[in-house]
Amino acid sequence: MEHLSFEFDGGPNAPKSGKPYSVAGVVASSNLEVLAQPKDLGGKVRFEVSTTVAHFEEAWRAVFADFIERSQPRDVLFSINDFAAIPPVVSLRLDQAWEALA
Amino acid sequence: MTSPDKIARRKDKLERVAKVFGPGKVIPADRTVEFLELILSPGDRVVHEGDNQKQGDFLAEKLAQVDPKKVNGLKLAVSCIGLPEHLDLFENGIAEVVDFAYAGPQGGRLAELVANGTVKIGAVHTYVELYARYFAELRPDVACLVAIDADAEGNLYTGSNTEETPALVEAAAFGGGIVVVQANKLTDNLRRVDIPGEWVDFVIESPKPFHLEALFTKDPALLDETRILMAMMAMKAIYQKYLPKVLNHGVGFNTAAIELLLPTYGEELGLKGKACTHWALNPHPTMIPAIESGFVEAIACIGGEVGMEDYVASKPDIFPLGRDGSLRSNRFYGQMAGHFADMFVGATLQIDPFANSSTVTADRLAGFGGAPNFGAENRARRHLSEAFLRAGAEAHAGEYMPQGRKLVVQMVETFQGANKPTFVERLEAWDAMKTAGFAVPPVMIYGDDVSHIVTEEGVANLLLCRTMEEREQAVRGVAGFTPVGLKRDHAMVANLRDRGVIQRAEDLGIRKTDVSRDRLAARNIHDLVRWSGGLYNPPSRFRNW
Repeated sequence: MEHLSFEFDGGPNAPKSGKPYSVAGVVASSNLEVLAQPKDLGGKVRFEVSTTVAHFEEAWRAVFADFIERSQPRDVLFSINDFAAIPPVVSLRLDQAWEALA
Repeated sequence: MTSPDKIARRKDKLERVAKVFGPGKVIPADRTVEFLELILSPGDRVVHEGDNQKQGDFLAEKLAQVDPKKVNGLKLAVSCIGLPEHLDLFENGIAEVVDFAYAGPQGGRLAELVANGTVKIGAVHTYVELYARYFAELRPDVACLVAIDADAEGNLYTGSNTEETPALVEAAAFGGGIVVVQANKLTDNLRRVDIPGEWVDFVIESPKPFHLEALFTKDPALLDETRILMAMMAMKAIYQKYLPKVLNHGVGFNTAAIELLLPTYGEELGLKGKACTHWALNPHPTMIPAIESGFVEAIACIGGEVGMEDYVASKPDIFPLGRDGSLRSNRFYGQMAGHFADMFVGATLQIDPFANSSTVTADRLAGFGGAPNFGAENRARRHLSEAFLRAGAEAHAGEYMPQGRKLVVQMVETFQGANKPTFVERLEAWDAMKTAGFAVPPVMIYGDDVSHIVTEEGVANLLLCRTMEEREQAVRGVAGFTPVGLKRDHAMVANLRDRGVIQRAEDLGIRKTDVSRDRLAARNIHDLVRWSGGLYNPPSRFRNW
């Protein structure tokens, strides 16, 4: 199990649904669970990753950067439990978790 | 013209058989090897019936047992190298050249045997191309065919899985060849005559029924949400935009997702009656909900599908049924129906930055099957349709001569698995070209035939690309986090997106939270059985309830 932490400068979109959290996906083979929570991070966005597959830090960074550029969120903490999901699945789960919170 | 030599050889072989086995067309199964040694001369071209569904396994097994001192140098032609025996023929020194279209299950071993010189490949064909050549320079000396039932006169019932039998038997029977058939059963009461006995020289009752692969059965339980996302994007960006009426879907899960979304999302998009009414398709179980929901007017069947017999028989207005009520498929005609269709949607193993694609990789000579015909821009098409004209207006905008255009859609996930990207800078087909000694790389669908690429990241419309550079960036722009995708020119991709050449889910108004398995009209095989009113009878390996 590898633990990774990433922080990005956020965009203009703060979570405004009023929900305390949202969850997308499940911890199952080739899938992952994304928990999104509003959190005052001074405009930043944080990703905490626990993954069964080590040595993919750059891939995670690329997927998160792409997500930030697409959705422009701010002040959210994403906690991720990954079971070897491929990047497009990660993107889909991030989008689903964020849409439910935004 | 069949040469006098060939006619003389045929007559001589038939006399030899008559001397040993007596008159009549029925050969006892336990003497098949002895029989084959009488009708085969060294160097003969043997067409063996076997495609990606039905396989003449009994005759293949016996063919591999003939004495290589008597029978050798055979030129084998088979649509699908699907059985180990097909390659045993080469290891046993019986055959030396093979012409084929597809080698799915044996692709790995074939690549090895070609690399070490045991097998020589004539060419890797499309199905239609191979059948056509049987009437020209690849005329069979002997054809080993497959039937469900036969009578003593050689009349055949080939039924649901008629598939390629008519093309093969015609090439052999009218080309001076000898026609041998393995039948599951010898009977005096054929339910229908698919092939007249006059064209058949010998029949053998096989000890067990021929192998039949349930290739087109896709379990909806295995459809994940990335596939549903891709299906929704394809339906909105392509199906709703062009309204293709006649289409072909490949064998994969991506198109199975579309089939299962037709009654739900397709209905929302207003496709019913306007698109997807006529198909060149096997009886896919995943089509049952769309058929029951009134989307489908007719399906031209390339083959049959295990377990679909009763359901198909209950839809005489949709499926091609004989007077006896059972399906008659036809691979040659079905392929042509797909060749002249409005749209093809399929998948592949590798795509390069110019949209060239291949299923041949360095260590697997998988072949192409029907994809190059289904998935080729058809320069021979003259009849018009809304989809054909809309695609043509984009592809040929500003040109002197107005033309239509076939839609050729490659729908692929960006990764085949972890660390196995679908998008590659250079197709492994180039390596296969070297190891197999081909003059050009074995490409399945050429880039300039492709109109759209659909991935999890979005839809690229290549018809709107005006330069090779634009085409390359359109491909990279949907290639996701593969090395090819990461090397995109971000400014150009942004520009292509502004012009609608690339469309993302958000550009199409698709919310990711709407991407759910709940949208599938059937979520497992049992649901399909229920939709069919209990008429669909899935093979046991798909029954998990």
